[in-house]
Amino acid sequence: MTAPAPAPNDLPRPGYWPWFGAFAFLFIVATQATGLVTSIPDRDMGDLQKIMYVHVPAAWIMSLTFAVVLWYSFLYLWKQRENDDLKAAAAAEVGSAFCGLTLILGMIWGRPAWGVWWAWDARLTSTLVLFLIFVGYLAMRAFVEDPHRRAQWSAAVGIMGAINVPIVYMSVRWWRTLHQVQSSPATVDSWYVFNLRANAFAFLFVMIYFIRQRYVAARYERAAELAVQAVALGRD
Amino acid sequence: MAWRDDWRRVRAIVWKDLTTEGRSKAGFNSVAALGVTILVLFGFALGPDAQALRDAAAGALWLAVLFAGVLAFNRSYQVELESGALEPLLLYPGARWTIFAGKLLANCIFVGLMLVIVVLVGIVLFQVRVPAAWPQLIGVLALGSIGLVSLGTFYAAMASRSRAREVLLPLLLFPMLVPVLLAAMSASKALLTGDLMHEASAWMRMLVAYDVIFVVAPLLAFEHVIEV
Repeated sequence: MTAPAPAPNDLPRPGYWPWFGAFAFLFIVATQATGLVTSIPDRDMGDLQKIMYVHVPAAWIMSLTFAVVLWYSFLYLWKQRENDDLKAAAAAEVGSAFCGLTLILGMIWGRPAWGVWWAWDARLTSTLVLFLIFVGYLAMRAFVEDPHRRAQWSAAVGIMGAINVPIVYMSVRWWRTLHQVQSSPATVDSWYVFNLRANAFAFLFVMIYFIRQRYVAARYERAAELAVQAVALGRD
Repeated sequence: MAWRDDWRRVRAIVWKDLTTEGRSKAGFNSVAALGVTILVLFGFALGPDAQALRDAAAGALWLAVLFAGVLAFNRSYQVELESGALEPLLLYPGARWTIFAGKLLANCIFVGLMLVIVVLVGIVLFQVRVPAAWPQLIGVLALGSIGLVSLGTFYAAMASRSRAREVLLPLLLFPMLVPVLLAAMSASKALLTGDLMHEASAWMRMLVAYDVIFVVAPLLAFEHVIEV
């Protein structure tokens, strides 16, 4: 499958994206600072509660990112457009980073709160399995060179992985469980809720910016590959 | 009758795979020997204490089957790839899922035979008392193997055709197998320890549900994976 090399003006342009990136990073600095400085220590957890402003948004945004992977994987299988595959891959990379962040921040919180770094709880275990599934997804992309095959296989692995996550969650919950259920906004101080939501939006903007940047990089990589192929085949 | 033709295709693939294996037996012998070796190594890791061995028997058995099975799944495509037979196989008319179904059945028989050896050796080495509910235990072994083999056959269709297939298959397959292994290990352990909490049947029902999902999803996805 050799598509013609795209003309330079086919490639995504920066447009307003650098401004969006700057905004996203300023916003996350602002919401983090507000959360850390203004919210009073929790009655039981004290300052430890503040890890909620990074751990919980990271977990939410991580789930959203994998929904993006699922969406673009289906779209690729349906429409067979290469860009959808690159978008899915970009989202998978960003999602894995957020997933790793969620796990590490959770462990930092779990050590003082539960007394252990790790517990075989349903959420912890299924998050770890999700992380491993997407590490496998990214490793496979590195090992397969043919772009069409890589895209087709990635979509299959991405969809199968997404099917598996709720199943892992259910089975591990059956096995044993420790993680607290979500606090409802009604039982949490409204200032905490506000800070949490503001940080969730900040993480969302950073996620969108990261995926976009990773996607643009992937497009340039593909364009470079196609240009090399075109030269090798004697076209210019 | 379309379904009758499909069934004949499935049978032809099963026959082909089992005949190739039966002519040499090298694959089966080495994979079964590996399963037994892994059991012996678990025996060393868990120590000579009889009770500790008995408690860990179910987990060790399933892991031995898993590690040995991974080799079998890659092999089931490798023989065809080496002789350039996969493309002609894909060129035959008829639905592609029949290739998957045939390979799945052939691998089930392969792993089932391996399981007989590994389980018998495991009972001796881990000093397992065969429970009164041994028919259910055989059911758990069968259900667990179906889930294991279905996902293994599916992921091997990709991994065996990529670079670094030895590392890629376990990396993709093991996280996917967590629910199946968890249910199979828990049900086996419950049955081996007398099922005091009556949890074995619930785990078995979950295994049935997983098997349905993990056979149907690869059947649907196989065409996308094998055509490239």
